[in-house]
Amino acid sequence: MMKKDPPSIGMRQRVWKEFSSNKAAVISAGFLALLGAVALIFFIFGVAGIGWPYDPTEPALELKLMPPDAYHWLGTDNLGRDVLTRLLYGAYVSLTIGFLAVSVSMTIGVVVGALAGYWRSWIDGVLMRTVDAIMCFPTFFLILTVVAILGPSIWNIIIVIGLVSWTGTARLVRAEFLSLRENQYVYAARALGQSHLRMMFQHILPNAMAPILVTAVLGIPDAILTEAGLSFLGFGVKPPQPTWGNIISDGKIYILDAWWLILFPGVAILITTLAFYLAGDGLRESTNIKKTGK
Amino acid sequence: MPLLEIKNLSISFFDGKAEVKAVDDISLVIEEGETMAIVGESGSGKSVTALSLTRLIPSPPAKSLGGVILFRGHDVLKMNERELQDLRGGRIAYVFQEPSTSLNPVYTVRSQIAEAIELHRKDVADVDGEIVRLLELVGIRDPQQRMRDYPHQLSGGMQQRVMIAMALACKPDLLVADEPTTALDVTIQAQIIDLLKDLKRKLGMAILLITHNFAIIQGIAENVAVMYQGKIVEKGPAERILRNPEHPYTQALIACIPKLGHRQKRLKTIEDFGLAGNFMGPE
Repeated sequence: MMKKDPPSIGMRQRVWKEFSSNKAAVISAGFLALLGAVALIFFIFGVAGIGWPYDPTEPALELKLMPPDAYHWLGTDNLGRDVLTRLLYGAYVSLTIGFLAVSVSMTIGVVVGALAGYWRSWIDGVLMRTVDAIMCFPTFFLILTVVAILGPSIWNIIIVIGLVSWTGTARLVRAEFLSLRENQYVYAARALGQSHLRMMFQHILPNAMAPILVTAVLGIPDAILTEAGLSFLGFGVKPPQPTWGNIISDGKIYILDAWWLILFPGVAILITTLAFYLAGDGLRESTNIKKTGK
Repeated sequence: MPLLEIKNLSISFFDGKAEVKAVDDISLVIEEGETMAIVGESGSGKSVTALSLTRLIPSPPAKSLGGVILFRGHDVLKMNERELQDLRGGRIAYVFQEPSTSLNPVYTVRSQIAEAIELHRKDVADVDGEIVRLLELVGIRDPQQRMRDYPHQLSGGMQQRVMIAMALACKPDLLVADEPTTALDVTIQAQIIDLLKDLKRKLGMAILLITHNFAIIQGIAENVAVMYQGKIVEKGPAERILRNPEHPYTQALIACIPKLGHRQKRLKTIEDFGLAGNFMGPE
């Protein structure tokens, strides 16, 4: 028994090691962290609090439709507001909607998938047929209809996006549970006298966390795009509150005179969603148990 | 009153239309502190019997349970979920065959044993101290360090020791060891069996040892029940059965144990003693 102790590398260190070797994912995650921090600072302190020279909502008509220059790096819009300020302020709205909508959909998806996969039998049947039924609706038009009825506030949008986008998660979690519940340690936990609730959420769920986390990260850009689409169609967050979608929507009639009004928010949406996808991909690679040789 | 009394237990599975009898009208008594071994080949119903003691049989496949299982006079088959959860782990604890898959890979050894302690012994104040004591009891060296490990960092023998520590954490009256050594290599098998003997002497709990291997019950089991095709074909004191088996199936099983210094062209298998199913005689 002169065996040397194996180095104590936990799951987390191993995932981190794998993730940090993926340059695109690290850069993406860094960019998202920076964006999140800026959005948070803007939200908490407001423009005046940090001495920012421009206001995201106050019109300054004498400055309207100015192309990018040394003072307004990304130009001004039709009401003379600084586009960069509005973009940074809008990042807060987009990210909030992304994170919270995904939180709603993940919560529903995980609970439904866990119940269906753990209990199987008729519970599985009822829940999965419900999922099938919801998946039959064209999601975007469902959201559009509900927002048209409830009114377009930021909270309504979060809840509606969350309520219609949990079905994929539910299917994934169900599939994970179906295979994980057959593991010996689940029987062992049951033989130890664990309740069903703790077996589902304390013993099985943590083992399914990696794919769930990846789905969550990949769900955020979808929610951001949905919000941008809604805002573009005028069903999103009401002006003057800027979001990336409604900045483009407001700018679209000036497309031939003021290209900067739609180019920059478009690029912001593109880069942010791409960053989420790349970071999510990196996360999927690094949590892939087979690849890390577990 | 005996610790555990099984009367006329029958277990059936329904696979589509056909009904398969896994356990057919068996009766068994385990006294406090007694070590009983159930011996039989794969599919003889011994594991199902062990799981049925706390109603752990997975359903589906749909099953029916008949007969009576009395634990200290309480009928297990009539218990509700709450009572069963107290029974499982708290009164009857299990050690399973595959130690490598019986531990949850995402939790440390510490948190898994702590969970068992918190589940059934809420009075324990110094949980970490108790974990160290348990790990020492099952012969794990450097328990302070090992309890911070994840299961994949331990060897198979260590994992099985941790499983036994978890089972002991709840101070059970009956430890059910379901093929505890089958997945381990031979030297580790001997260590685990020695550990069980040692624990039995120190703690005085009853043990139900499920195995297909007559060789390992020697010196640990006081009584043996031999199961074949869902029935108990022979039961009695271990020494008597090992020396003088009466039922032809038991005789065949014992003859299958390879012996040192015994020159044989090839090792005997159960098939050498007649076709499977022939031991029951005409029915």
